[in-house]
Amino acid sequence: MTAAPSPASFVTPAHGLGVRLEHLGKQFGAKRVLDHIDLAIPAGQFVAIVGKSGCGKSTLLRLVSGLDEPSSGRIVFDGAHDGEALRIMFQEPRLLPWARVLSNAEVGLPASVKGEQRHARAHAILAEVGLADRAGEWPSVLSGGQKQRVALARALASGPRLLALDEPLGALDALTRIEMQSLIERIWLEQRFTAILVTHDVSEALALADRVLLIDGGRVALDLDVPLPRPRQRGSAELARLEGRILDQLFAA
Amino acid sequence: MSLAELDSNVAAAPAPAPAEAPGRASGKPAARRPRFAAVESRIAGWVLPALLILGWEYLSETGFIAANVLPAPSAVALAGWNAIKSGELFHHMGVSSLRALAGLAVGGVIGLVFGIANGLWALSYRYTDTTLQMVRNVPHLALIPLVILWFGIDEEAKLFLVALGVFFPIYINTLHGVRTVDPQLIEMGRVYGMSRLTLFRRVILPGALPSIFVGLRFALGIMWLTLIVAETIAASSGLGYMAMQAREFLLVDIVVLAILIYALLGKLADVLTRWLERACLQWHPAFQTPAE
Ligand SMILES: Nc1ncnc2c1ncn2[C@@H]1O[C@H](COP(=O)(O)OP(=O)(O)O)[C@@H](O)[C@H]1O
Ligand SMILES: [Mg+2]
Repeated sequence: MTAAPSPASFVTPAHGLGVRLEHLGKQFGAKRVLDHIDLAIPAGQFVAIVGKSGCGKSTLLRLVSGLDEPSSGRIVFDGAHDGEALRIMFQEPRLLPWARVLSNAEVGLPASVKGEQRHARAHAILAEVGLADRAGEWPSVLSGGQKQRVALARALASGPRLLALDEPLGALDALTRIEMQSLIERIWLEQRFTAILVTHDVSEALALADRVLLIDGGRVALDLDVPLPRPRQRGSAELARLEGRILDQLFAA
Repeated sequence: MSLAELDSNVAAAPAPAPAEAPGRASGKPAARRPRFAAVESRIAGWVLPALLILGWEYLSETGFIAANVLPAPSAVALAGWNAIKSGELFHHMGVSSLRALAGLAVGGVIGLVFGIANGLWALSYRYTDTTLQMVRNVPHLALIPLVILWFGIDEEAKLFLVALGVFFPIYINTLHGVRTVDPQLIEMGRVYGMSRLTLFRRVILPGALPSIFVGLRFALGIMWLTLIVAETIAASSGLGYMAMQAREFLLVDIVVLAILIYALLGKLADVLTRWLERACLQWHPAFQTPAE
């Protein structure tokens, strides 16, 4: 709170990191989960990935964020980038229970940021997600939605150029979920990182994304642009039409 | 060997805070009952021991219990006072406490190091765990004759036995703690670029700490037990020695005094550990005071 830098000051202007997947494949033992995925995601795009449970959405995200190695093909980023440029947000908050909220947000900062600077930047990013007043709390006293907001703050702390989100809102109730969607959209509009959001909720994908990818049988079964203005009108005819198309494709397969 | 120990610790702790809260809120007239309840819950555990001591004193006074079997509490207190005045009591207490702490430090550090190493590295686990588990099955007190042959009745003998006794609970619980740290948190730490040292310091060690404390509290029990046996059998100072010498001269009051002091020191160690635990595990929901 004291001498908080302006909300956007922790972001270096740049920004999105584009990525290309070339013939990307992944198998676990004999089981082929992803099969020759070819995909180009331009810098700053908000992509949503939908698909049935177990179709390999998380696997794809783990490959992009470097948590796993592909079995075949490769991932090419647009130009050089450091470790802090790529961040992943998980379905669970994965906060350190023994660290206060502020200290949890600091986990996302590069090691090069030291001392007072660390606290100031973590504070600024907590303010961004609306939790500045909870900085001194233990995670265990926060609600599910608040925990996930701390996790978002931690993911954003380094000013990532690509943010991978693996069903981060999956465990939240409907109202909290809508609130979080707006928060994510607002921050993305400010910072313009490349966002890859995995979700099992087609309406969530359409509310947030520029482009929706449907994964099925280890391939991209549908690649749909969503050229609608933001913020999107929930329940609009246009969204309903797109949702129908995606669901048809999902169950046709 | 789980958090059950921690839970029982919490369950046993009186909870004055919630009882006081309504009283503070609703002003003076209503404050009396909650305050009484708070005092009552605090002293409830001491009522029975106090009654027992009073009964014991009464039975001794009336001669129902012979003084050469069990001296009256007042006689024990007097013996204690005399031993304090002569400086003898504190000398023996100091010697015993120092032995206990030295043994705990040596055995505890070795247990901690092996527990952490074997929890982190499969190679070290494969090569040492079986051996350590085998040694565990030898009751360490059975080694007393051998230890006397090796070290005589010097300090090394006591140090060796206590260290050996406390090693296992610390080792087992540290190992368990390190191995059961949430793998999702470890993965998070890796993705967020923590160095190996940072990962250990910020994720693995704090995650294992509750389990390490369980080990420490088991170890404290074993520590006193080992020391009592060792000092009683082979020593030339310390509380056990004081008790055995008193037995030779039929000073039953000193014998009882020594037993009570052992109990007191054991209790003290337990209280200190709980205090340390509370300080280190503030984040744990089981240790959070409702006021926060
Ligand atoms: N580490 C692993 N080892 C073996 N099989 C795995 C592993 N990770 C994922 N799988 C399998 O890959 C498939 C896709 O998993 P995942 O990407 O998690 O699906 P989802 O689309 O639900 O996120 C599943 O059938 C799962 O069982
Ligand atoms: Mg998944």
